[in-house]
Amino acid sequence: MASEHIVKSFDTELTRLESKIAEMGGLAESQLAETFEALVKHDIEAAARIIERDRRIDEIETEVNALALRLLALRQPMADDLRAAVAAIKIAADLERIGDYAKNVAKRISAIADASPALSIHSIARMGQLAQTMVKTVLDAYVARDAEKAEDVLAQDEAVDQLHTSLFRELLTYMMEDPRNISPCTHLLFIAKNIERVGDHATNVAESVLFLIRGKLPVEERRKVDAASTAPSTNPSERT
Amino acid sequence: MASVTELAKPTTRTVYHTKPGGHGAIIDVADFSLWYGKSQALFGLSLKIEKDLVTALIGPSGCGKSTLLRSLNRMNDLIEGVSVAGRVTFAGDDIYDRGLDVIALRKRMGMVFQKPNPFPMSIFENVIYPLRVDGVRDKAVLAETVERALRGAALWDEVKDRLHDNALGMSGGQQQRLCIARAIAGEPEVLLMDEPCSALDPLATARIEELIDELSGRYSIVIVTHNMQQASRVSDNTAFFYLGNLVEYGETEAIFTAPHDERTRSYITGRFG
Repeated sequence: MASEHIVKSFDTELTRLESKIAEMGGLAESQLAETFEALVKHDIEAAARIIERDRRIDEIETEVNALALRLLALRQPMADDLRAAVAAIKIAADLERIGDYAKNVAKRISAIADASPALSIHSIARMGQLAQTMVKTVLDAYVARDAEKAEDVLAQDEAVDQLHTSLFRELLTYMMEDPRNISPCTHLLFIAKNIERVGDHATNVAESVLFLIRGKLPVEERRKVDAASTAPSTNPSERT
Repeated sequence: MASVTELAKPTTRTVYHTKPGGHGAIIDVADFSLWYGKSQALFGLSLKIEKDLVTALIGPSGCGKSTLLRSLNRMNDLIEGVSVAGRVTFAGDDIYDRGLDVIALRKRMGMVFQKPNPFPMSIFENVIYPLRVDGVRDKAVLAETVERALRGAALWDEVKDRLHDNALGMSGGQQQRLCIARAIAGEPEVLLMDEPCSALDPLATARIEELIDELSGRYSIVIVTHNMQQASRVSDNTAFFYLGNLVEYGETEAIFTAPHDERTRSYITGRFG
């Protein structure tokens, strides 16, 4: 198999694009990790640093777009090269959103009083770790062009969605029990929703990676297991 | 030395995923091989050219794409020492049948070459040349043909006031469109184009591509091109040739976004050639 282009600088540009995505993904991943740590420790200073660092992810997205556009205009890539350029633009957009969600969660850390239900914080941290693992796995799949790993990520999203649904119910219960919980629980609900969105964007990246490798999108319809948005608003106390 | 029948076999398996045109195949190439003297140039090719669609033939130099194009209207007959095996049928007729009228065949397949080759005569006379050969003298028919063919070749508005000027005074792009007008004046069923834009500037190239777009649907077009972006823009199906073999023949969009064969991928992404 001839793997190198006749024009060497073409290869250099493709490699640069790939390493930019890897850098961006690495940053998004560490932002997530630090966010959940700050959340559990209630570390407001760490949260401020996370918010500040999100700007760098945005910058890299701009760089990726400029590189990919340049490649499209000057090289007129075909087949997998074309898919690499298009996938880079799409993946960068998803990673940028993931960075935004980490920032949003970090912003809420200072708003959550210490009295917040500790149980939920840990459930959220667990959900966060799952989403973070998805991001890590999908980046590994991208760098290694590993379709199986990308498919694993599609499967993992179901677990995140399920956790989101159960967290939703849990937080609802706390709010019913004591109205003083309403304010912190609302923040936690938003945080849970943000993490659920991180999972969705990691799934998008996985689909882009599969498109990049196979030249077509995964055909199988994804099962939607996130029931939080459609959960009936019954009063939990009625059931007890 | 290997026998002729042994050599005639393709050395690779072709991947097929063509888009059907809905009107069936107009040309059917079946297990076709060709030799220039003792050296084999085409190895047992099989492909169907869909009626009214644009089919692009691509591949590195010496891959056999132009040889195949010239085999379709028996232009290779003009080269000494050429021998063939297999079948090419055009609208049901075996074109290598001994009884076939080659001149009549070529009239049914207009051809456009790499370099514009207008005859050293007026624009008008160039266009009606195929009718002159047939002995048509009716002035009304000739005038009507000139306008129809020149309009068909998107050249009418530029030359209608100077139809009797010498064609050699036109620009390269205009000359090429004149050659296309001449090719369609005789109402052919197929248009064979051998790198029709390689001697033209980008604007003239764009006009020819627009013309190919307009002509598709009315004519079955087979185009050989070295410009892959062009193949990807103008054609419905693309055939990739390598070393005299047909490697992959499929829907153009798939060929250029997600080719099935590794060699097709390497070639179109610029990794060998």
